[in-house]
Amino acid sequence: MTFVFALFLLTLLVITALAIVRSDNLFVAVMLTSIFSLLMAANFFILDAADVALTEAAVGAGVTTVIFLSALAMTAEREKFAHVGRAAALLVVIVLGALMTYAIFDAPRLGDPNAPVHQHVAPWYLEKTPEYIDIPNIVTAVLSSFRGYDTLGEVFVVFAACIGVLFILGPRPAGHAAQRPARSSGLKHHLIPQVVGRLLVPFIVLFGLYVQFHGEYGPGGGFQAGAIIATGVILFALLEGENAALRAVPQRALMALVIGGASLYGAVGIVCIALGGNFLDYSVLSSDPVFGQQLGILIIEAGVGMAVCGALLTIFHAFASRGQG
Amino acid sequence: MELLGYFNYFVFVVLLMIGLYAVISKVNLVKKLIGLSIFQSAVFLMYITMDKVEGGTAPIILAGMPEQIYSNPLPQVLILTAIVVGVSTLSLGLAIVVRINESYGTIEEDEILDAD
Amino acid sequence: MDLTPHLPALQVVVPMLAAPLIVLLKPRGLAWAGATAVAMLSFCIAIAMTIDVLQGKVFTYQMGGWAAPYGIELSVDAFSAVLLLVVSGAGALGMLAAHASVDQQIELERQPLFYSAWLLAMAGLIGIVVSADAFNIFVFMEISSLASYVLIAGGPDRRALPSVFKYLIMGTIGATFYLIGVGLVYMMTGTLNLADMEVRIQEVTELNPLLVAAGFITIGLALKAAVFPLHVWLPNAYTHAPHMVTMFLAACGTKVAIYVLIRFDFLVFQSALPGHSTQFASFLMPLAILGIVVASAVAVFEGHLKRLLGTSSVAQIGYIVLGASFLSAAGLSASVTHIFNHALAKGGLFLAVACLACHYRDLRLSQLAGAAKTMPWTAAALVICGLSLIGVPGTAGFISKWLLINAAMAQDNYSVLLVAVILLSSLMAVAYVWRIVETLYFGSTDNVAADGATDIIREAPLPLLLVTWLVALANIGFGFFPQLPISLSSGAASVLLGQLP
Repeated sequence: MTFVFALFLLTLLVITALAIVRSDNLFVAVMLTSIFSLLMAANFFILDAADVALTEAAVGAGVTTVIFLSALAMTAEREKFAHVGRAAALLVVIVLGALMTYAIFDAPRLGDPNAPVHQHVAPWYLEKTPEYIDIPNIVTAVLSSFRGYDTLGEVFVVFAACIGVLFILGPRPAGHAAQRPARSSGLKHHLIPQVVGRLLVPFIVLFGLYVQFHGEYGPGGGFQAGAIIATGVILFALLEGENAALRAVPQRALMALVIGGASLYGAVGIVCIALGGNFLDYSVLSSDPVFGQQLGILIIEAGVGMAVCGALLTIFHAFASRGQG
Repeated sequence: MELLGYFNYFVFVVLLMIGLYAVISKVNLVKKLIGLSIFQSAVFLMYITMDKVEGGTAPIILAGMPEQIYSNPLPQVLILTAIVVGVSTLSLGLAIVVRINESYGTIEEDEILDAD
Repeated sequence: MDLTPHLPALQVVVPMLAAPLIVLLKPRGLAWAGATAVAMLSFCIAIAMTIDVLQGKVFTYQMGGWAAPYGIELSVDAFSAVLLLVVSGAGALGMLAAHASVDQQIELERQPLFYSAWLLAMAGLIGIVVSADAFNIFVFMEISSLASYVLIAGGPDRRALPSVFKYLIMGTIGATFYLIGVGLVYMMTGTLNLADMEVRIQEVTELNPLLVAAGFITIGLALKAAVFPLHVWLPNAYTHAPHMVTMFLAACGTKVAIYVLIRFDFLVFQSALPGHSTQFASFLMPLAILGIVVASAVAVFEGHLKRLLGTSSVAQIGYIVLGASFLSAAGLSASVTHIFNHALAKGGLFLAVACLACHYRDLRLSQLAGAAKTMPWTAAALVICGLSLIGVPGTAGFISKWLLINAAMAQDNYSVLLVAVILLSSLMAVAYVWRIVETLYFGSTDNVAADGATDIIREAPLPLLLVTWLVALANIGFGFFPQLPISLSSGAASVLLGQLP
């Protein structure tokens, strides 16, 4: 049954991708991209990657689509029909495909328990996590402790994007908000989205918080939570108008969230050095190393959640306010 | 299962080709970015395909089931990171596109080149 | 508390964690001062580590206290030390000099974001250099790339935007290719740690995925490093970026990608794949030679000062790749020395360009005629760095050219051809540097729309000029006393070829 379903999903993925490339209406292409992400998320779920599926659904299908749409609202709806160097592109792509096929032929088959990836490093994580960290979700353990430095880097990638978008699109000019009440009123005059959406927003935020604090036991963690809460606030902004959203969570608070989150993560690392461990070695945070690890993971996951949520919302507001100006 | 494995990798290769084709041949800047995100998603699929173990489940340890097989957590961690990197690059790219549209009045690459 | 063992981590973490705090510093002077202090601190850490590395020490650091390959490992050896000096030096000196130039090009309220992005770019590049983990390199590559896109997009000209968009697309394709390559190696070995890969890759029996992985990693990093013919993003991006950003990226941006390329290929692939070293050489050597010849020739006819120097960078990257493709200790150490010396020469040249830009808005050569009369000190510094770029004896550039020619003579095949290419391109470098000198010193000032009289000496602001001269003098200093880069680079060569130092 799973087999048939997976086959169906993968086929749909290819069809959607083709439709995206062929469509000359950019809005259609963006909506199809959102569907593409959802299909991808479902496919990840079938392949046992629950955390990744959750992230892909929240980030890929949710936040990315909104950012694309608000950018499109400022640029163009239709694509001019033109291609450059179609033949060259086809040649490059065919060479790429042939090379990849050549490589993949010798790859271990799907699900082979004897594949090198399942023999080395990964079994150690599965075996040692209960002993060293003692939380059920191994993905969270690897993400925030064993490879915590990667995650720190990732938070700073998000931070770089956030200050980059602010730098390029400019901070929201003061006194700008009052000028255009008509266009920023959101969907106030549409009853059904208004009622349903208002009901949904608190639950989305609540679910985000659940994902944040339940990340050690089930799928979830800072990234997913940050993205989900950001989606909730964006929905609120779409319903009530961007200004209402900014009144509820002002730009300064968002920036504080980003900087605070990133610094919180870094500060944990520095404290670990001060207490005599290596950078990000949470074991030294408490007299019981296992509890120290859990404490460290809890704090840095909070930092990740704050930074991601703040950064995504800052990026959204930067686009949205540019559109009104 | 073996066939499905090849099919997963086959879809990865096809998506990789579709994405790169869009990036190279499309003139519209937004379309280029959409192509880029398909291209990146394909790579995510390749990593996640690696993590599956036959009879396995998501790597969240179930109490009282010591015999349970779990899938590989490492590729999942890597792709979680890569997804966030992808959305960061995309939003920066879109910010640049918005500014290009403001200063050139178009988001088609050939018209931008003609303008300078 | 002894911080020495923590230096590799601090080297990355200090500029990275300072970046968000810089955003909070509202008055412009403070943001600049804070960023400069942090960049200087980072430079000091690099110097401290280099001193230990020179005594034969190799730093390794286990992030989070988890042993490799389970955790992420950092390592600093002689090869990394060269790059650390270049990146943190360019970042710190650039920041020290940047104030006036940035004031001129970036609006006040955006400056804290600019300085923050500068520190992030530094931290990202340093993070790549010290990392010993293939995936961690990708993460830091993205930090440095995103920050560089932001910095370049700060250019005042609208043409900066399409240039940076092109860079973003090509850079992301390059990084994704690298990710595909790392994925394939991981698929076959089960590890991400470079040293562990080196060991486990010996046991792999099916070599096709590894061969394809080597291809993807080489092409992806060559895109990032602007190796000919994948350099098309570079001239425009360098031309339209803010002047200080051009200086920073020209000094170290592309070289870090070459560092990863050389490291990955020599340490991981060449030990496992039979005949791969020959493939590596026969793929990259023609590209290097073509790049050197074509880019030098284009530079001779280029009319815009920044684009001319940017195009010349493509040729200089060719020299670095050429040295590596000799596969010999002499070639590699010539290559690594050139990374160091070219950073000095090109960094100095672009600093001088930033000085010129204080009074000349239009940097086309035709508009710069007679600039030596108004800015004699700047012009003199530019000449010194230009001589170093050509490789005139007595300058740093001469040392690496000399080592490269020696390494080329020691090659079994085509040694005459290789030497001829190096000499020919040096002649072309003489031609394009001479064009600049001729314009600055002997150009007729008749058709220049100068704002006011041209005879009055109006030099660039003192801090900028002093840093420019510091770098120009360093070009001479390392020309007479080249022991530091040479001993580091011969150490690097023996690390790469797996010999004991």
